[in-house]
Parts: sequence; structure tokens; C-alpha cells
Amino acid sequence: MIPELGHFALILALLTAIAQSLFPVLGALKRAPALSSAAVPAARAQFAFCLLAFACLTAAFLMQDFSVRYVATNSNSALPVYYRFSAVWGAHEGSLLLWALILSGWTVAVTLFSRNLPDLFRVRVIAVMGAISVGFYLFMLLTSNPFERLLPPALEGNDLNPLLQDFGLIVHPPMLYMGYVGLAVPFSFAVAALMGGRLDPAWTRWTRPWTVIAWVFLTVGITLGSWWAYYELGWGGWWFWDPVENASFMPWLMATALIHSLAVSEQRGAFKAWTVLLAIFAFSLSLLGTFLVRSGVLVSVHAFATDPARGVFILAFLGIVVGSALVLFAVRGQAVSGGGRFEFFSRETLLLINNVLLVVASASVLLGTLYPLILDAMGLGKISVGPPYFNSVFVPLVLVLLAVLGVGPLTRWKHDHSRRLVTLLRWPLIVSILAGAAFALTSEGDGRAQIFAGLVFAAWVVATTALGIARRLKRRTAPMAGLFRLPRGFAGMTIAHLGAAVMVVGITLTTAMSTEKDLRLAPGDSYSIAGYDFRFVGVGEAMGPNYRAERGHIEVARNGKTFASMYPEKRHYINSSAPMTEAAIDAGFTRDLYAALGEELGDGAWAVRIYHKPFIRWIWLGGLLMALGGVLAVSDRRYRIAIRHERGRSGRDLEAGALAEG
Amino acid sequence: MRRFATPLGIFILLVVLLGVGLTLDPRRVPSPLIGKPIPAFELSTVRDPEQRFSQDDLSGRVSLLNVWATWCIPCREEHPVLVGIARRGEAVLYGLNYKDDLNEARAWLDKLGDPYEMSGFDRDGRAGIDLGVYGVPETFIIDAEGKILYKHIGPINDKIWREDLYPLVQQAEEKLK
Repeated sequence: MIPELGHFALILALLTAIAQSLFPVLGALKRAPALSSAAVPAARAQFAFCLLAFACLTAAFLMQDFSVRYVATNSNSALPVYYRFSAVWGAHEGSLLLWALILSGWTVAVTLFSRNLPDLFRVRVIAVMGAISVGFYLFMLLTSNPFERLLPPALEGNDLNPLLQDFGLIVHPPMLYMGYVGLAVPFSFAVAALMGGRLDPAWTRWTRPWTVIAWVFLTVGITLGSWWAYYELGWGGWWFWDPVENASFMPWLMATALIHSLAVSEQRGAFKAWTVLLAIFAFSLSLLGTFLVRSGVLVSVHAFATDPARGVFILAFLGIVVGSALVLFAVRGQAVSGGGRFEFFSRETLLLINNVLLVVASASVLLGTLYPLILDAMGLGKISVGPPYFNSVFVPLVLVLLAVLGVGPLTRWKHDHSRRLVTLLRWPLIVSILAGAAFALTSEGDGRAQIFAGLVFAAWVVATTALGIARRLKRRTAPMAGLFRLPRGFAGMTIAHLGAAVMVVGITLTTAMSTEKDLRLAPGDSYSIAGYDFRFVGVGEAMGPNYRAERGHIEVARNGKTFASMYPEKRHYINSSAPMTEAAIDAGFTRDLYAALGEELGDGAWAVRIYHKPFIRWIWLGGLLMALGGVLAVSDRRYRIAIRHERGRSGRDLEAGALAEG
Repeated sequence: MRRFATPLGIFILLVVLLGVGLTLDPRRVPSPLIGKPIPAFELSTVRDPEQRFSQDDLSGRVSLLNVWATWCIPCREEHPVLVGIARRGEAVLYGLNYKDDLNEARAWLDKLGDPYEMSGFDRDGRAGIDLGVYGVPETFIIDAEGKILYKHIGPINDKIWREDLYPLVQQAEEKLK
């Protein structure tokens, strides 16, 4: 009964989403603004129905209803309760439901926090978001219904993919989807602006916080994903340039470009058409990512469930959504273009370079991801593009980006003088070269050049950022107190930029200085890497709720003192074929020790992999700092004032505005 | 206006490309080893640790080399098909037991039937690496000179056997006569 209720709620959600997107059209045709405004309650009803459907699916999982195909495929009576919650989005159908729920959630958020938008603009935004929702509901109901019954019912479920039975996977997909779907908001704002043919500074002020919030979620989601891959896949890598990772990285790069371009549009009124285009691109890449992950055109370690029939639907959907936005841009782009003039030496130019670099980076990731497909489509054979391509294209772009990042915030808007900049930047340049050289000289091995390059750029970002703060505080009487009174927008930017530097340090040092050893260890054997002595005690049996495991025991000592015991596991889940490697990690601020159990080699000896990974935590710490910067920037005073302002006006002038427009 | 239509043009190209991509099967990865002699290996067998199984056993007649493992669920699906092929005498089958447990492998053959002349025991997967094993199960068709004629990735079912693999085996045997 509950699954049918869920199915019915999903159909109602589809119908209300259709209403949500059609009311404004009808309202425009009949010149009845009140009719247009009906999109707002429709959006809220749609959210309620979608939430009900989601609750029904969750209930089916909690009650172990194996007569629902999706539950039977992705759950098991031995599955712990907390994983039954996350199993809801553990595979294709439920992921889509989560997508749709988040999208309707964002739409309701727009209806709540956009009361100060002109009514016509507001209903247009809601209509565009409704149209996207319609696509997702149709996709679910036509090709991937999560409530489909299984007849006869299964006696036992297949169990959730063991890779996904993990804390990281409880939080990673919702975060990522919040980001992906959140980009639908700036997209809809952009489309609504193109419809109206007008783009004023107010538009950027509305769009900016939404974009930053979506970006924050995307940043956290990708960071969590990288962390999860690191400890769960058992390879000790943190980024694989896998198509699915790329699918989340491309919208992130585009959204990063969009945030910076919005800054120019807000402050200077320039780059307006470009900003609109970036908003379209960012969400398009989210949809493209969904297509790549869900259609099976690319093989990837993440491709848990793929189906070509679904691919056709998503491609058509992608074509309609992005195609119509770009047609609109082709027709109306001229109307929203133009804006403030600026000279060559100006912050605008540097932000333009930032944008070009980020877009090129995003395009090169897209090219690398699709290249195997392009060759295949032209009949030139199968190849796979690996990390060598991505690293050789990506690293130089990022280095230039970091160089520009240092200069940008210190440069004045509109026009600046090269001589002033040279004087200003002389010291940070010297400091960063010295810092890089000092660190490279104290390290050993072949990674020195790499370390030097990475650290110089990271130090450059830190030094220039510090200079930026110092220059802000110089104008104040009490510098230390002033530090906490800096505008949140500026503080957010500063922290996000420092986050980038922290991440660069992490990436550089992990890449250049990691030690990895594949060993054959018998009980009692010891091995030392990077000053740590690993003693293999042996392997015992362990039982989990729905798996049995071989659990290794390794004692780690430094200077003769044992300070950690590591228990890497090899798990055999009851209903799964391949064994799962559960790595043991001794985490630290400046280094991780990582051990994974391989195969048994006979005589009690095991293949064991041991890694020493310096500064790997800094990669994720950098990601979190960037996200924190985003949160601070959104809480800036000027946005809070905007919200308070709109609270004061509330619903009554919705009608007033509608009357005025009619 | 033309300037503003450029993104649309690029996007249309991309959609066409993705559309073509949908019609292709990414799992069909041709082996670079096709037409080349099978790489050298020497393994003990699942049945007998003393017995040697090497590339030399695979020449002299047309044969199939099937990569299998007890932890591989599709292999379980495929196994009856292989038993049928051996029983009907349609092909000579050899096995490569990949990264598996010896006792479980023996129990598997005892319980489900043993279609193989011999099954090499590739505990650490080294022979599998040389053969470019991409996923289990995989099946190679090897001609009388020990050259790889064809590689099938994924389980063989009756349809695939009758329509794709068996004709190739028959052709190769024709050539021999």
C-alpha cells in the first residue's frame, strides 16, 4: 500500500510541476498576473508531494518491503538501520527521487526568499524550475520508477552495494546533489533574465548568494567524495580523473568562474552576457554529468547501474533544457550584453583571465572525458584517457590561475598602474620564492622540482592574501579587533583563497613525497617506511552485521615506541561477489599512514600494501576552507539587509505587485 | 546575433556526438593481443599442484581459454553453458582460475561439473595480467598455432555461443583440415 501511495504522490508531484510551469505561461497569455502567481503555491504543493513520495520509499526500506523491486535490489534484512536510510539513494531510481526532492526544495526556497523580486521575474524563475522538475518526474515515471513492484516478492534482498555501505556515502550524494541541483537556481535566473531581455545590477545581487550556496554544497560534496574514494576504494588515491568525478568537477569549475564573473557584474556591471552564459553552462554541465553517469556511455568505476534506454531520455531532456536556454541566449543575448568599461590594467581584466582559465580547464576536462567517446563514434577505436592527459593539461592551467589569484584582489577596479602593482607585489614574490626553495631544499628525492613549483605558488597566494588583509587593516585604529570586523564578503574570499593554497600544498606534497610499498608479510615481519616501523602481527577473523572479514593487525612504531594499531580488513559481504578492501588509516595533520590487506599468500603470509602520505589531509582541509569562505561570503551584510528588507514587505504586496502589473 | 549563437552550435554538435555514443557499447574493448601468440605462462592446476599448465598445452588444436573464479557471480551463470559445450564436444575448453581460493575452486568444479581439460591456478593474477584480463569471466579463442583469435568479455550464454563464438571455432577448425 505504501509504495502505491508513493507512486501516486510522484504522479501528483508531476502534475503540480506541470501546473507550476504552465501557470505563468497562461497568465502571460491571458494577461492575468494572478494566474501567474499560482505558480508559487503549485511549487510548494509539488515539494509536499515529492517529500511524501520520498518518505514512502524510505518507509519501504525501513520495513524491508522486498516486494518493491528497488528495495529488493538494494537492501537486505541484515543491513543496519542507518544504511537503510542511505540505501534510499544508493542506486539509480532513488538517486533521481533525491534529485527531484532537492530541486523542489530549492524551488520552495526561492519562493520563500525572493519576495523582493519583481513578480513577473519571480514567477518566470519558478516556471523554469518547474519545467526542469517535470523532466525529472517524467524520467522517473517512464523509465525508472522506484516504486515498481516485484512479483513474486523476493524473500531476501540483494543487499546494498558494499562500496556504498559507509558513512561517506550517507552524506556525499545529498551534498553533491544539493550542489548540482542548486545550480538550477542561477540557471533559471539567467533564463528568466533572457526572457525579460533585461539584466540590471539587482539581478546579479539576487543571483550571487544562490550561486555561492550551490557552489558551497558542490565543494563539500566533491571533497567528501575524494575523501571517500581515498579510504574506501583501497587504492590510497584521492582523485582518479574518473568520468564520474569529472562530471562533478566540471560544474564546479564553471560555478567557480560564475561566482567571479558575478562579482564583476555586481560591482561594475560588466560581463553581463558572459555571466548569463556561465550560469547556463554550469547547470548544463550538471545535467551532462547526470547523463554521463546514468546512461552508460562511459565506463567508470562509479557506474553502478547504467542503462542505454535511460540514456536516450536524458539526452533528449538535456537537449531540450540546454538547447532552449541557448536558443534564448542566441536571440536575446544582445539585449543583456554591454556594461561598464575598463582598461587593460584592472581587476576586471584579471577576473576575465580567471574566467577564461576556469572555462578552458572545464572544457579540457570535458574533452578528456568525452575523447574516448569521440574516437569511438568516429570509428577510430577504443582508448582510455588517463591521468597523464588530465595532469599535463590541468596543472599548468592551475598554476597560471594561482598566479593571477594573487594579483587580482590587490588590483583596483577599472584601471590600475603597472608600476604600483610591481612595487606592491615585489615582497610577496620574494617571500614565496624563498619559502618554496627552503622547503624544496630540506626535502629529499626526485620530487624537488615539483615541490618547489607547488610551494612557490601556494606561498604566493598566502603572501598576497596576507598583504590584502594588512592593507585593509592599515586603515583601522585597532588592527586586531578589526580582523573580526572585516566585511564578510572580503573575509569569505580571503578564506576561500587560502583554502586553495592549503589544497595546493596538500596535493604537491602528497604527490611528490608519498611512499607506497606492496609487501609480502608473514606474522612477526617488520618493514619501515619514512621512519615508521610497521610490524605485521597477523590476520584474524571478524564478523560484521552482513559480512565476514579477515582482519589484519599491524602495529606501528616510531623510534621504537609503538603508537598505533591498524586493522585493515578484507570483507566478504553475504550477497556480494568480490571481496571488499577496508583500509586502515592512521590519520594525522601532516601525514597519513595507510594499510590495506591484499591476498593471502600461504603460510600465514599476506600481501599487504603500506602507504605513507604526507599532508594528504590538507587537500580536504583546503576544500572545506573554500566552502567555509563561501558560507561567510553569503552571510555578508548586504545580502542580510536584502532579506530583512523583504521580510518587512511579505506577502501582501504580491497582490499589490500583481495588480500593478496587470 | 551570430556571436551569441556560437554556444548553441557547439552544444548541438555535442548532443549529436552523445547520441552516436549511446549506440556504441563501451564494454566492447578489443584485445590488443588478437592475432598474436598467447603470452607465455606456467601455472599449477586446480586439480593437481604438481601438474604444469602452460601456453604449450594450448597449441595443436583450436581451444577456448575461459577465465573464471568462484567469487564471480556471472561465472556461475555461465558455467552450465560451458559444461554443455564440453559435453556436446563442440570445443576443447581450458580454464584459468583467477585470484581464487584453491579449495573453493575444487569444490566448485566438483559440485557444478568440470568442463575443462585443465584449469590453471592463477592465484595472484599474474598470468591474468599478461593476458590483459579486464574482468571475469572472459573467454579467449585460441587457434592451433597458439594465436589468440578472439576475446569475449562477460559471461557466455547459449545465444552468444551459437551466434558469435561457435562459428569462429568452426571456421578455425575448417582451416585446419
